[in-house]
Amino acid sequence: MLSIKNLHAKVEGREILKGLSLEVKAGDVCAIMGPNGSGKSTLAHILAGRDGYEVTDGSVTYEGKDLLALAPEERARAGVFLAFQYPVEIPGVNNVYLLKAAFNAIRKQRGEEELDAMDFLALVKAKMQFMEMDPSFLNRAVNEGFSGGEKKRNEILQMLVLEPKLALLDETDSGLDIDALKVVAKGVNKLRDPQRAIVMVTHYQRLLDYVVPDKVHVLAGGRVVKSGGKELALELEKRGYDWLKDAVIA
Amino acid sequence: MSSALAPYLEGFAAQPKPQAWLHALKEQALQRASARGFPVARDEAWKYTSLAVLEKRGFKPARSKTPLDAAAFAKLTLPGLDCPRAVFVNGRYDAALSRLPQGVRVVQSVDADESLRALLIAPKGWEEDTFLDLNTALFQEALVLTLDGEPAEPLEFLHVSVPTIDSASHHLRSVVKLGKHARAMLIERYAGLDGAKHFTNSSVQIHLDAGSKLTHVRIQDESLQAFHLGRVLVEQAADSSYISHNFQAGAAWSRLDLAVSLSAAGAEAELNGFYAVNGRQHLDNHTRVDHLAPHTTSRELYRGILDGQGRAVFNGKVVVAPHAVKTDAAQANHNLLLSRGVEIDTKPELEIYADDVKCSHGATVGQLDEQQLFYLRSRGIDAEAARGLLVGAFAERLMALLPLPALAAHARRRLSAAISQIALPEQS
Repeated sequence: MLSIKNLHAKVEGREILKGLSLEVKAGDVCAIMGPNGSGKSTLAHILAGRDGYEVTDGSVTYEGKDLLALAPEERARAGVFLAFQYPVEIPGVNNVYLLKAAFNAIRKQRGEEELDAMDFLALVKAKMQFMEMDPSFLNRAVNEGFSGGEKKRNEILQMLVLEPKLALLDETDSGLDIDALKVVAKGVNKLRDPQRAIVMVTHYQRLLDYVVPDKVHVLAGGRVVKSGGKELALELEKRGYDWLKDAVIA
Repeated sequence: MSSALAPYLEGFAAQPKPQAWLHALKEQALQRASARGFPVARDEAWKYTSLAVLEKRGFKPARSKTPLDAAAFAKLTLPGLDCPRAVFVNGRYDAALSRLPQGVRVVQSVDADESLRALLIAPKGWEEDTFLDLNTALFQEALVLTLDGEPAEPLEFLHVSVPTIDSASHHLRSVVKLGKHARAMLIERYAGLDGAKHFTNSSVQIHLDAGSKLTHVRIQDESLQAFHLGRVLVEQAADSSYISHNFQAGAAWSRLDLAVSLSAAGAEAELNGFYAVNGRQHLDNHTRVDHLAPHTTSRELYRGILDGQGRAVFNGKVVVAPHAVKTDAAQANHNLLLSRGVEIDTKPELEIYADDVKCSHGATVGQLDEQQLFYLRSRGIDAEAARGLLVGAFAERLMALLPLPALAAHARRRLSAAISQIALPEQS
């Protein structure tokens, strides 16, 4: 589904990704772990199409297409979804309006008919209930005045509604208490599907106790330095990242 | 003596003679204006707004009434707003199009009795104002609202302008007096058919007695060729409340001075304003709130969108007098810039002469937030729609405050026409 080959990228002239390669197949649930500054969030942002990153070498192919050539909205419509580490507040745009506009844009792309307001509302309310969110969130402005946990829940809600093919989660566990973490994990697990890939970018093992990955990739110095199964995450939890940094240099 | 005022002096001479007492008052006002002339750029209050074109155009006061048929008039009214109204066409009262409620009268200067005199006196600080003096000299009908109690319906002062061969000036004078504990909603609106190239010189004086409350919606929808100058001068007694919604999207050149005096304890004012400029429009808002007594409150929120080569000025002054302790004043002005060619001059001014007060102010000037744009796009919304949504969201903060659905719907429509890339949220 997603094939990243020898990706090099710069931010403000500084090289962050230095030859990153990664294969993600449909059905995969994988974790990308790594110390701070290893390039995890940069990777997530580049995949979603954020400005400010200069790709100097390598390629990213998504379902046979050059992902980097697509605008952010085209990527979203093609089924790529990024759950942000810091979801931005958008005063004046309410949640349900955003959800509906996004949902219909994606359906239109797939050649499906737009859902009418009543059916859409019923669909969203069911998903909100699943995410243990109060229906009043629908008519509040996007993320405005939400707590950290509410913002993350809202990201997962959007993901459940939009049903992406490739879900990228950027540090979704950061800033969550244990109850919120469980709800968020429940949402992510709900999306596990043989047709779908889920990529979790995370510093800690915590989320992986609840969303158990099939594969773990360790990022250091802008490259994947080690790949393994879920046991690799536990090893990192125990030993930290330093032993892998040495591996990069070696 | 300023030659720029010659057309106004000629106009005065050509007008029907008012009652003797009023004639004297008008003559004095004209002499003062003529001796003083128009303000110049040296005046701090006119630093960013040039009067050169206004002077050059020499707008003579309109001489005769302009007839307006019902079909043309219907185009200028607000859909869904059906309330008593006083209609002026090209600066002159039109009885046939009006439906005056109790408490409203139109006083002709030719037969005005002296009871009007007190209502026309310039409030403190406005004795030296050329435009108010010109207005006093040149109005031919004063719109007078005196109210006790609480009418069920709002009232509309509707000033419409249609194109004429010459470029005339319209001098509109209104006075509003709410008695003790009276409550009312006034909609003051200026609407122009495309091509109307007049100069509106409007003055509204408002007196609010103790415990009264006025909601004042002012909508400036002049044609894009028009000049518009307005004064709204408010004096408030104890525990009175003034709520202003000031919406501006019209005129080639416009300037509004809104001044509120909170003269006794418990008086409060809420000033909400929204402006949009595009093309080469120039729009200037000067607001001033005087806290003259203890325990007075003011809240002010102005937002503007600038596109094309539009230019806007915001000057918000708050003055707290020496004994006005426990004053509570907050002011904010936010500007959204959509093109490189625009210019905004925003200046909050606080003058505080009392201790134990709570005052805040802030002004921002910015473009659309890149992070918000990216967030929306990452959800599948295309760049253009995302921009429209964010522009709409910026405006909606004030649209949502408008007191009647018909007014909010109109303001949103008007804004969509003024700023092409805006998308306003669907209304449920």
